[in-house]
Order: sequence, then structure tokens, then C-alpha cells
Amino acid sequence: MKKYTYTEKKDTRSGFGAGLHEAGKKNENVVALCADLVGSLKMDAFIKDFPERFTQVGIAEANMIGIAAGMTIGGKIPFTGTFANFSTGRVYDQIRQSVAYSNKNVKICASHAGLTLGEDGATHQILEDIGLMKMLPGMVVINPCDYNQTKAATLAIAEYEGPVYLRFGRPVIPVFTDPDQKFEIGKAWMVNEGTDVTIIATGHMVWKAIEAGEKLAELGIDAEIINIHTIKPLDEEAILKSVKKTGCVVTCEEHNKFGGLGESVARLLTTELPSPQEFVATNDTFGESGTPDQLMAKYGLDAVNIVEAVQKVISRKK
Amino acid sequence: MKHTIKELEDIASQIRRDIVRMVHGCQSGHPGGSLGCTDFFTALYFEVLNHKKEFTMDGIGEDLFFLSNGHISPVWYSTLAHAGYFDKSELATFRKLDSRLQGHPTTHEHLPGVRVASGSLGQGMSVAIGAALTKRLNGDNSYVFTLHGDGELQEGQNWEAAMFAPFHKLDHLICTVDYNGQQIDGPTDKVLSLDSLQAKFEAFGWHVINTDGNDMQAIVEGLHYAKTLTGKGKPILNLMSTQMGAGVDYMMGSHKWHGTAPNDEQLAAALAQLPETLGDY
Repeated sequence: MKKYTYTEKKDTRSGFGAGLHEAGKKNENVVALCADLVGSLKMDAFIKDFPERFTQVGIAEANMIGIAAGMTIGGKIPFTGTFANFSTGRVYDQIRQSVAYSNKNVKICASHAGLTLGEDGATHQILEDIGLMKMLPGMVVINPCDYNQTKAATLAIAEYEGPVYLRFGRPVIPVFTDPDQKFEIGKAWMVNEGTDVTIIATGHMVWKAIEAGEKLAELGIDAEIINIHTIKPLDEEAILKSVKKTGCVVTCEEHNKFGGLGESVARLLTTELPSPQEFVATNDTFGESGTPDQLMAKYGLDAVNIVEAVQKVISRKK
Repeated sequence: MKHTIKELEDIASQIRRDIVRMVHGCQSGHPGGSLGCTDFFTALYFEVLNHKKEFTMDGIGEDLFFLSNGHISPVWYSTLAHAGYFDKSELATFRKLDSRLQGHPTTHEHLPGVRVASGSLGQGMSVAIGAALTKRLNGDNSYVFTLHGDGELQEGQNWEAAMFAPFHKLDHLICTVDYNGQQIDGPTDKVLSLDSLQAKFEAFGWHVINTDGNDMQAIVEGLHYAKTLTGKGKPILNLMSTQMGAGVDYMMGSHKWHGTAPNDEQLAAALAQLPETLGDY
């Protein structure tokens, strides 16, 4: 197992804030909008340096999505910012008609996704957003795994032409990816090569997969770990190549098992390479109040759950 | 004036013929609101809108128009064809398989003249605001026009947008409401009363004007007047009274022709009232 270390913990939303600021410096057409959550989305640096390119919309997310769609007409590249729940479910039809169907170059940037939003509870903890967004034709869906990757992803989507959903989170987590990485949309990152099982993880679950990989190594299990940061378009080649080698797969995501990354992988494997698969994901449930760590434990999203899923999936191999 | 009122009325007569023939041709679509807004579309595209012949999505340096109540697509398609955006023969494909003229307008099939999809109601004002913000950032003083149904204003997103535009002093935005008092299930007063739209928009900080949308002279003058009101820190709201079905006697004044196509006999009766002025498609 390749050794991953970290010297600091940071939130992925701060990676977004840093990436937005840098994208703003690189391209004067980058504009930002927020629905009364500037501090939470870490947009302050962008606003300080480019006040005229920032629009505070107020608590009116539907209007924000429509305005963002309109701002593309004339060449702007709008980044909208609010919590994942208000970025997707609340404004689904606005995204569907004014952004996706209209093929507008809008970047929907969503913080506080998943259980790790914590104490605010289930009203704010969306676990369905990946499913909602990946079903929209033409929508790119990205869920980066740490500060550095989120920053790199933010810069990459500014250069990509078309609608994008960028999902990130609230808690501080280890920073373990290369600060100078080149983020390629739709390209999987090989975290660790192995032969016994393929662990596919996205977002906050990637560090947990690394922790699980270390425990599995102690048990004599050689896990291949792949980071799928882009859930759509899915890097099918990387997944098939890996599962052909290992013969089984565990998918890990901070999302409902219905509609998430796991289902995308299952669809691929069912048609191309039927293989045993286990899902580390929430099980058709809402969340609740608690600390992020407590919630990840209670809802089965820890390294120990990945280890168990790996043992189970290996036992299912023929 | 680029055209005389008589010339504009002739264009409107042809567009009305197109509308009833289009909805008859596919036996679906929305003739009522389309006919009611024909004079507005004619005045806008042939007299008021400063638009370029070659369509570009970005519309830099030209006025933009957004149709929020996308179901009245027949009147927009016919207007766009007569204004030269595409050949009028394409009107015959309306709502048919593989057509660029979808039931509701879309950019998806790359029809020139359309800059955003509409149909699911209440989204157009926000989009227009976004386009106006970009024009301001680009130092482009052109206008942004919209059209909304009155029933459509029951959608909450409109009021988010209505609150936003005056606060941000979007004074190159001219929104028109098709104030015909009808929606699918009946009169707006019976379904969900809009009460005083004038008072509501004024309270939100708009400059509100009232026009007669079925009097060509009045609507041309009203839209020109609206332009003179811009640049003063307030968006303009044009409350435009219309008759649903205007120009076809048996369709007028009722919600029943909101989304119903005429049969052969009804088509003939409608066409008899609408002189062919520019040639049928």
C-alpha cells in the first residue's frame, strides 16, 4: 500500500474559494453569484478583488440559477454558490430548463454536501444531489476529495465549456493530493495499485478508502484504490481495466446508494463486465444532527465499513 | 417609424394566419395567447427592437428578447421567420418530429432567435436579468425585453426576480406582461387573483406603464415610450392588456382556446377573418 501522509487538514470549500479566486484572476469573464452564504462558500477573496463581478442574489436560489443562465449570454462564466441542498433539489427545474437543456456555461458550486454538514441536520444534508444532477443530459458532475483537488477542479471547470455541478463539503479533512496537480475532467486518479479488490471512492470517502487500504494490507489484502472525482462523464476505461484485474469492486460515497456513484459503476459493470459489487453509501435514509464523525460512523461511512465491504465482496468472487 | 401602422397591421395579419395554420397543422399548441400577443411581437421585432440580421447567442451590441411564457411559441416562430431569422417554410414543421420548432422554444435544436429554453413557467425574468447584468458588465447599453403571461406571475420565482431588478437598478430591462386575465383553468380572478399588478410592481420599485396590446399604434407608442423611461434607475414593467384569441372572433375573450387547435371548419372560419398579406408558408 502506497503511503499517503498529510501535514494539515482543510475544508474542500476553502479549496473552492481559492480556486474561484485564481480562476477570477486568470479570466475576467469568470463571475460569481451567491444566495446569502458568502462566508460558508469561502467567496470572500473573489469578492474583495472583483466586487463588480460578484452578484449577491439574496435568499432566492431559483432566481440565482436563472440569472446565472442569462449571464452566459454575452460571454460570462457564472459560478453559483450555495449549499448542495439549495443548489440542486430546490432549483431542479431551473437547472433543468434554463441551464442543462439550454446548454448554458454555468458552474453550479455546492458546499456542505452530505452528512458531514453535521449539526444542522437532515433538512440541510442532501444525500441525493449526485443522482439528481447526473440524470440531467449533458451535466458534468464532479465531487473532489480534498482541498487541493477541489481547487484544481474549480480551475478546470472554468476552462470547460458547458454546465457543471461541483460538489464539496464543510469539514476539515486531510490534504493529501498534489498541490500542483493538473485536474482532468472525467479522468480517474489511481490512488493505489492492487490486485485483490477495486475500491472506487469519491469526495470525503477517498481518505477513508486510503485508511481502509492500510488496514486491508495488514490483513493481507492488496486493494486497488481509484478516485473517481468525476462521476459524469465516468472514466469507464479505468474502472473496467481495474475490475478485470481484481474481479470485484466496492464503491464508496457520502450519498444515498440509490442514484449515486455506485449505481453508475454498477450500470457499467452489468453491461460490460458483470462482477460482485458492494456499496458503502447511505441506505435510502435522511441524516440527522450530530458531529460529522459521529454521523459518518452511525451511517456506515467509515474505513471499518469499507474493510467489511471488501471482505464480503471478495468472498463473493467465484 | 420603420413601417407605417398599416404595414405593421398587415404583417400581424399574416402572423395570425400562420399561427392558426401551424396549430391546425399539428392539431396541438396554443393559439389563444399567441393571437393575443401578435401585435406586440410585430411592433417589437419590426419597429422597436434593435437587432442584427445574423443571429449570435451572445447578442453583443443588440437588444435581446426573452419569451418567458414559452407556450405561445407559434407567434414567436412566425415573427422570427418573417423577420428573417429562418425560412418561413420551416413553420410547417411546428411540433413535428425532427423540427427545430419544438412545442416550447429551445436552444437545443439551434433555432436562430432563441437564447434560452422556456415553457416551464416563471423563469424568463431571471434569465433576462442575468443577460442585462452581463450587458452592464460589458458596457453594452442595449435593451433587454421580455414577455410574461399574467397567470405565469403566480410562479414565485417571478417575485424573486421582481425584487432583484429594481434593487440592482436594472434600468435597461423592459418587461411586458400579457394581461389577458385568462389561464388554462379559467379567468385569473377565479383561479388565483393577481389583484393589482400595477400596485404590486410599483411596490417592488418598478416603473409601471399600461398599454393596449391589441392596438398597433398604441403598442408601438407604448414600447417606444418605455425606452424613454430607461436609464433612470428603475426597470420598466409594461402591463399590456390583450384579448386572448385576438383577431379570430370565436376564440376571443375565453380561456377555452388557450391550448386547443381548430378543426378544418374552424380553421377556414379563422382564415376568412385574416387577410393573407405576405403569402402563406
